[in-house]
Amino acid sequence: MSKDIDREQTIAEQAASVPVRDQAGAQLISSLRLSHADAVAEVIQAFGEITIIVPREHIVELCRYLKTTANFEFNLLADICGADRGPEEDPRFEVNYHLFSTTRFHRLRLKVLVSEEDSHVPTVTEVWRTANWHERETFDMFGVVFDGHPNLRRILLPDDWQGHALRKDFPLRGYEPYSLT
Amino acid sequence: MSVSTQNLPPQFEVVDQPFDTQMTISMGPQHPSTHGVLRLELVLDGEMIVKCTPDIGYLHTGMEKLFEYKKYQQGIVITDRMDYLNPLGNNLCYVMAVEKLLGLEIPERAQVIRVLMCELQRIASHMVWLGTHALDIGAMTVFFYAFREREKILNLIEAASGGRLTPSYFRIGGLMMDLPAGFERRTQQFIDKFPKALDEFETLLSGNRIFQTRTQGVGIITAEDAIDMGVSGPCLRGSGVGVDVRRTNPYTGYETYDFEIPIETSCDVWARYIVRMRELRESLKIVRQALSRLKPGPVKADAPKVVLPDREAMKTHMDALIHHFLIVAEGFNVPAGEVYHPIEGSKGELGCYVKSDGGPKPARVHFRGPSFVNLSALPHMAEGEMVADVVAIIGSLDIVLGEIDR
Repeated sequence: MSKDIDREQTIAEQAASVPVRDQAGAQLISSLRLSHADAVAEVIQAFGEITIIVPREHIVELCRYLKTTANFEFNLLADICGADRGPEEDPRFEVNYHLFSTTRFHRLRLKVLVSEEDSHVPTVTEVWRTANWHERETFDMFGVVFDGHPNLRRILLPDDWQGHALRKDFPLRGYEPYSLT
Repeated sequence: MSVSTQNLPPQFEVVDQPFDTQMTISMGPQHPSTHGVLRLELVLDGEMIVKCTPDIGYLHTGMEKLFEYKKYQQGIVITDRMDYLNPLGNNLCYVMAVEKLLGLEIPERAQVIRVLMCELQRIASHMVWLGTHALDIGAMTVFFYAFREREKILNLIEAASGGRLTPSYFRIGGLMMDLPAGFERRTQQFIDKFPKALDEFETLLSGNRIFQTRTQGVGIITAEDAIDMGVSGPCLRGSGVGVDVRRTNPYTGYETYDFEIPIETSCDVWARYIVRMRELRESLKIVRQALSRLKPGPVKADAPKVVLPDREAMKTHMDALIHHFLIVAEGFNVPAGEVYHPIEGSKGELGCYVKSDGGPKPARVHFRGPSFVNLSALPHMAEGEMVADVVAIIGSLDIVLGEIDR
């Protein structure tokens, strides 16, 4: 019985939140700009998605704020993925954090830009435990080092792999045939 | 010990081990219950798991790298091979992300067919889960019955797209082609009979004392932990969190369908089993509604620079032929930008991140695989359980290694 009530409530909440979700974005972002002026370097709104570019020294603080503050409640980290803009670009690497709220159902992307010479980003595993594997994958593929990560090892490629496979200057077929023996 | 140890090389030396020491064993990558090539490093104290470390990457094929070297439309076939139990879901996720960048309007009929096919695929994927999960626990009959039902859906998918496991049916801007004649009748036949098969499965498993004992109270993950570890899909709903992307961030018109999101609150393997069994009936409900909404109309968007022209038009219209040539030979340019498109795959939130630099090939494609994230919660669920429960927990996570390793 209680399960049925729970379900009805959830559905009702979901129905109620739909109009709120669409207009909340701009309002929330402007309040964030006021409270964390130095953590919000730039806000990009495109294709119905909001991206905030965050200086890397503020990423952990901002993530914790977004996770715990009412109205934001980004309690689920959906994804972290890196991207390489190309060897000639500076900053060369992007780390994208896709946040989701299981109570308000809105989404947000945070982006940290790092240069090739100093590709270090503080880890957010303290904020969300799920970041662990995502950060390992980003390290594996791009060589971005997550400072303070509890177990920063390669995850998909073998431990003795040379280079970082998703960098633009890594050839599609690798440098030499890889042998398992 | 009466074994003579005098002439043995050092690795065969018999060590007098006390019973309280811990033992490390490697489960997989060829273990049949790891659903592919997953290796678990288990530290055991007797039969109790002290530490569980998943080791993945055996099936890594560099798909995300490959995307960057293929045109947008060529990427669709790569997605088929990711989560090979839910290829249509992967197609949809990727295709919708690119459509979001292009700003395409998809015709009504194509949207209904996408919903219809995705729900059929979800049922097929859940059938494999059910069969293998039950097989792992020791119920062999369910496996045969579940694969029989899956076969019927694969036949439907084959009729529509020509491929059973790799359909590539959804294309950027619509579908590959319209449904074949008689498809609706065959689907109707399937959904009329399927509830009976579901009842059969429930008779075989839900009331089965062995199955209950093996699953109830095993592999517990609380709602708080599940959210913290990013778990999604039926595993999250088994922990009492009613989050389903079809409801929270609706796409392809899911907001207009009437269905429920099953939730269980016991947080164990059993809860995830019940959630999926109820989800099957909800999927059936959606399929039924989608069938009733099928009205004649176009299945491709009106975007000649992106969507391949009809064969007939190509033979009679010069511009159609030119467009066809240009799309195939050079591809189409996609406006620069980045999108993240989440959908509810059969295993949880399947997200596709596409970044475009304005050219005919993507600058970066990344998939947020639900199996990848759900597997990362496995140590949390397995530690403190018995070694035999690991197979039950892996089964309840419903992982596909093709998607984890990509």
